[in-house]
Amino acid sequence: MTAEPRTLAEKVWERHVVHRAEGEPDLLYVDLHLVHEVTSPQAFDGLRLEGRPVRRPDLTVATMDHNVPTAPGAQDPVSVRQMEAMARNAEEFGVTLFPTGHIGQGIVHVIGPQMGLTQPGLVIACGDSHTSTHGAFGALAFGIGTSEVEHVLATQTLPQRRPGTMAITVEGDLPAGVSAKDVILAIIARIGTDGGVGHVLEYRGSAIRSLSMEGRMTVCNMSIEAGARAGVIAPDDTTFAWLEGRPNAPTGADWEAALLDWRSLPTDEGATFDREVMIDAATLRPHVSWGTNPGQTVSIDDVVPEPADEAAERALVYMDLRPGTAIRDIRPDTVFIGSCTNSRITDLREAAEILRVRTVVPGLRAMVVPGSMLVKAQAEEEGLDQVFTAAGFEWRDAGCSMCLGMNPDQLAPGERSASTSNRNFEGRQGKGGRTHLVSPVVAAATAVAGHFATPEDLG
Amino acid sequence: MRAFTVHTGRAVPLDRSDVDTDQIIPAEYLKRIERTGFGPFLFDSWRQDPAFVLNDARYQGATILVTGPNFGSGSSREHAVWALEDHGFRAILAPSFADIFRNNCTKVGLLPVRLPEPTMRALLSAVSDDPSLEITVDLQAKRVVGAGVDEAFEMDDFTRWRLLEGLDDIGLTLRHAAAIDAFEQARPARLPSLPRP
Repeated sequence: MTAEPRTLAEKVWERHVVHRAEGEPDLLYVDLHLVHEVTSPQAFDGLRLEGRPVRRPDLTVATMDHNVPTAPGAQDPVSVRQMEAMARNAEEFGVTLFPTGHIGQGIVHVIGPQMGLTQPGLVIACGDSHTSTHGAFGALAFGIGTSEVEHVLATQTLPQRRPGTMAITVEGDLPAGVSAKDVILAIIARIGTDGGVGHVLEYRGSAIRSLSMEGRMTVCNMSIEAGARAGVIAPDDTTFAWLEGRPNAPTGADWEAALLDWRSLPTDEGATFDREVMIDAATLRPHVSWGTNPGQTVSIDDVVPEPADEAAERALVYMDLRPGTAIRDIRPDTVFIGSCTNSRITDLREAAEILRVRTVVPGLRAMVVPGSMLVKAQAEEEGLDQVFTAAGFEWRDAGCSMCLGMNPDQLAPGERSASTSNRNFEGRQGKGGRTHLVSPVVAAATAVAGHFATPEDLG
Repeated sequence: MRAFTVHTGRAVPLDRSDVDTDQIIPAEYLKRIERTGFGPFLFDSWRQDPAFVLNDARYQGATILVTGPNFGSGSSREHAVWALEDHGFRAILAPSFADIFRNNCTKVGLLPVRLPEPTMRALLSAVSDDPSLEITVDLQAKRVVGAGVDEAFEMDDFTRWRLLEGLDDIGLTLRHAAAIDAFEQARPARLPSLPRP
């Protein structure tokens, strides 16, 4: 008997169903639960209140990332209190924690893969919407709220309604200078910030296959900015090569067994998706967001568009932009390279490459915040920190930093950034701050030019 | 979780699309480790504008938020739901919601109600014109009545039952403890795990 062809997401889903009943959500087993200081304290309180333990501390990993300082100096006592609560909870419930000051510390979506904990075929949950990042390995990874964090801590399961499936196929060769970030920005601009609601997006096609694991993580990371429940990419030799030898990757006979299993995960020939979108890679260009949601994005060669609706009008007022202004004529005050979207070693290498023998334009603030302390150490080993600091960038410790401005790394009111992060919402990087989302390469070129630019513009 | 059966109250019109959870509760207020006290920071930036609808005295005490599509997009922060609830909202009416936000609402007992766009336009216009109008949201009957509208809404039976009874998900899941045990027994040993610290 031939089994019905299934998609990658359906296969991973099916092998995790613990309980299924008509009219109820499926109860899915969670293989890996990532925890951070901001969305977990109330969940641990809930456990304490009911006298419940963490069911599987061995499948739970915690870190501090959202409000950790990335530079020396006085710390906000409220942030300190939250980080102390994380440390106390990890201690009390027996959960492994990578706190500030530990070499294993970093952004939760950077350290999971880095430790080899993120593997194909797993179900992963985390109280953070960018958990979709882990889908780059062919895992099904869901961002959840604090009530669900408590639920996973207590039961290691998650009740979930079966999502729809949506294929986003990017076929062809990416033009020079077009990175994974531009691919996902273009996708969101195309399908909209609610284009993926209720669906798991599967990114497919030769352009996706050609991406490094870091690039694939960038793409999957922003699935939530299209409203999707999750994003996945089929595991392949690129995935396996990246994973092999990492601390928690299987070894020996287990590695061989894992490989055999992982190779069975990609979507079967003939499987159908509820929706399909095709994108021609050759038409893509570096992208820059102009508005206050990630769908409000255009090519760097474009101009700020005429507002199509009231939301766009509001966005233009907030961003202090006029329709018809060339994107290259917009001048940011700050350049931020970092966040769970673009803070991995390849992101830093690509940005540094542009900054060799170049300097940041006078008056512009520029900072690099590596995604983890290990990324930081590796970059320093490669001398990238020297390149960044010589060019005029600040070189910081790992954390979420200016992506959401929970620590002192913020935009001042009215300040404008070129940012490699994932959200350009009003006030996201600091009250009154104006965010333009870009790739690391465009961020670096922009820091040199003083206006939005590609490396080719630098001559 | 707080049970929801029927609620009648006045409504606030927030005629904006794609209201993200960063607007509902900015990140700087997520440092609290308690579950309560977020209400004063609801829509913090927008409330700096005296003309913002939540600052309009005529809408003080309103308990239903009437708003635009894709409400609650962005961050998974449940603090957004807590802030709305703490402010006094019992139900949000919108043409569509972001998935995680909607899910968080159903864990807390804040009722997310999806209504067709034309109905929402009519509601927005009615409560903008007359802040004294009362709306009844009936989860038992899956119906919204008032402000010139009488319309059924969809809610799956399981979620509806949980909300009507105010049931906690963990308690429901633990009924399947034996199934979880069995699932764990069958998991391959090669799957990643961490030694106990």
